[in-house]
Amino acid sequence: MNYIPNISFAIALFIGIGFFVMNVLKLVRNIKLGKAVDRSDRKTQRWKNMARIALGQSKMVSRPIAGFLHVIVYVGFIIINIEVLEIIIDGLFGTHRVFQPLLGNSIYGFLIGTFEILAFLVLVAVIIFWLRRNIVQIKRFMSKEMKGWPKSDGNLILYFEIVLMSLFILMNATDHSFQEAGFGNPISQFVAPWFSEYSLETLSSIEHIAWWAHIIGILIFLNYLYYSKHLHILLAFPNTFFANLQPKGQFNNLSSVTKEVRMMMDPDADPYAMPEEGLEEEIPEKFGASDVTDLNWVQLLNAYTCTECGRCTSSCPANMTGKELSPRAIMMKTRDRLEEVGRNIDTNKGAFKDDGKQLLNDYITPEELWACTSCNACVEECPIDIDPLSIIMDMRRFLVMEQSAAPQELNMMMTNIENNGAPWQYNQQDRLNWKDE
Amino acid sequence: MNVPTMAEMLSQGKSPEVLFWVGAAGSYDDRAKKITRAFVKLLHRANVDFAVLGTEESSTGDAAKRAGNEFLFQMQAISNIEILNSYEVKTIVCTDPHSFNTLKNEYPELGGNYKVYHHTQFIKKLVQEGRLDIKKSLKGKKVTYHDPCYLGRGNGVYESPRDIIRKLGVNLQEMKQHKNRALCCGAGGAQMFKDAEKGDKEINILRTEQALETNAEIIATGCPYCNTMMTDGVKFHEKESQIIVKDIAELIAEADNL
Repeated sequence: MNYIPNISFAIALFIGIGFFVMNVLKLVRNIKLGKAVDRSDRKTQRWKNMARIALGQSKMVSRPIAGFLHVIVYVGFIIINIEVLEIIIDGLFGTHRVFQPLLGNSIYGFLIGTFEILAFLVLVAVIIFWLRRNIVQIKRFMSKEMKGWPKSDGNLILYFEIVLMSLFILMNATDHSFQEAGFGNPISQFVAPWFSEYSLETLSSIEHIAWWAHIIGILIFLNYLYYSKHLHILLAFPNTFFANLQPKGQFNNLSSVTKEVRMMMDPDADPYAMPEEGLEEEIPEKFGASDVTDLNWVQLLNAYTCTECGRCTSSCPANMTGKELSPRAIMMKTRDRLEEVGRNIDTNKGAFKDDGKQLLNDYITPEELWACTSCNACVEECPIDIDPLSIIMDMRRFLVMEQSAAPQELNMMMTNIENNGAPWQYNQQDRLNWKDE
Repeated sequence: MNVPTMAEMLSQGKSPEVLFWVGAAGSYDDRAKKITRAFVKLLHRANVDFAVLGTEESSTGDAAKRAGNEFLFQMQAISNIEILNSYEVKTIVCTDPHSFNTLKNEYPELGGNYKVYHHTQFIKKLVQEGRLDIKKSLKGKKVTYHDPCYLGRGNGVYESPRDIIRKLGVNLQEMKQHKNRALCCGAGGAQMFKDAEKGDKEINILRTEQALETNAEIIATGCPYCNTMMTDGVKFHEKESQIIVKDIAELIAEADNL
């Protein structure tokens, strides 16, 4: 017996999955560069959110056309992948359609038939997606940040899907005995006649090539994820699980600041107190974020999860009125910088070497940050609970508390609050004058 | 107007049912002061035992926090909490969704735990308890409601303001972006206190256009800052004779000729 195909398959599978695992480990390492934040509370609520938002796609359908098409591709993708199980068994053990005799023609036929119909629907949906991205000129796909790689990335994913679905149909159409049996070929039966001229031998070779191309394609696609916005198919699940559960209006209180403020306001505190003998003087914590490592790990997970759909940006009041700010770009730039830091760690044998760059200024400009109205439209819109606003706020905190770099008018506003308890220059003693006017 | 302060109440040995947190805009801004007075009239009408902090009230720190100045925010919060706790305040009502959000969500962690209402929620509660009656004086009048971000998306309060607007008998017309998808007025996140970044339009002008599309005669809202932004937007479009901007408290007070 000739074991070469089995061995080649096992090697391909090993390499494909091996590289993927390696990349996932790198991904986890990069996410862990973020600061700690506790998201281990309210587990039931978290599981529910994940089931509803990631698995159930509940926020996708708020935009009905894209939402409906996405559900088709999503359901198709998940269900058709059951077929991959059979492909792996066939490949490793040299069997052919191992489930067919096990399940019987009618059940097997029903399953494969369902896969074929889904594959066809996915093809149609993906082609519409391509048209939306390239021909219809939908505004959110035309923005500045979508030029170059992000645009190619979006299209590449669609091409991958077109090729994989076509190969699946082709593989079934050129499987002579499968077509003869006539079970489970609702779509491929219309493709099979295209090959009626070919000999059985040629048909079998085409089937083999299609089969191999299909599984190799899947393995390549799997490894493409790490480099692509398409990571959302995996990360949407943890991302919705670990998402913020507090009211959106609530921003976190920096505990490092609380410590200092309490000390400042404590009448018993000794301003000249020296650190106790023997205790290391604490290095004051940096306030706010100027680089990705100042953000928390959920914010970094957010960046990897973003699939650049642009719903956030298309609902952002600043962006709608022509300002530089785009919440999608905030996420993309955060990921770009995080990947840069990750590569830096790789090339410097596990330790980050200062590259003179940071997220602030080199990627995200103060102009973008100051254009935000903190309205939460971006957070509300995100179909998988990404929070661009929290990154904007953390970076504003750095600008103000570490660099005193607020716009002049805001400095005046803050001085007023400090001096007279109101953002305007009114005397606090006049605060109740309204009652007699 | 008879507006007792917490200090006066305390000196009489009394502690009111609710503290009305007036906010900086409600205290100093000429337009917002009208909203404050309208709400006080409603409190009087419903015989609510309330007080204000008066000169002891200070900025909640919301604008400072959103501008990135966590220090100033926490200084404000901690000293406000000291005062509120010294009066043993249990319940607070705000006419400003920013104060509402900050007091309700951001103060507890710093030691300030209160039941906080936005005035539209409080009015609804008064109506439900039979303490306040809303007159159907705007029967059939087209009104649109602008959701303040920190009330709507920020805290999920969409229905209370709409419920009490409907009680005026109005024909409520929703803008194309409303409730959780409402467009910001442009004032939040400390934008109120600075010029906008370079762009091709002001946010309040875009939002006002959406309001004008409804052909409403009144833009109702529940935030003094939204009020300013929408009023400016109407002026920009020179539509002051067609449409007016009112706080829900004002509409209800006027309906009762208060």
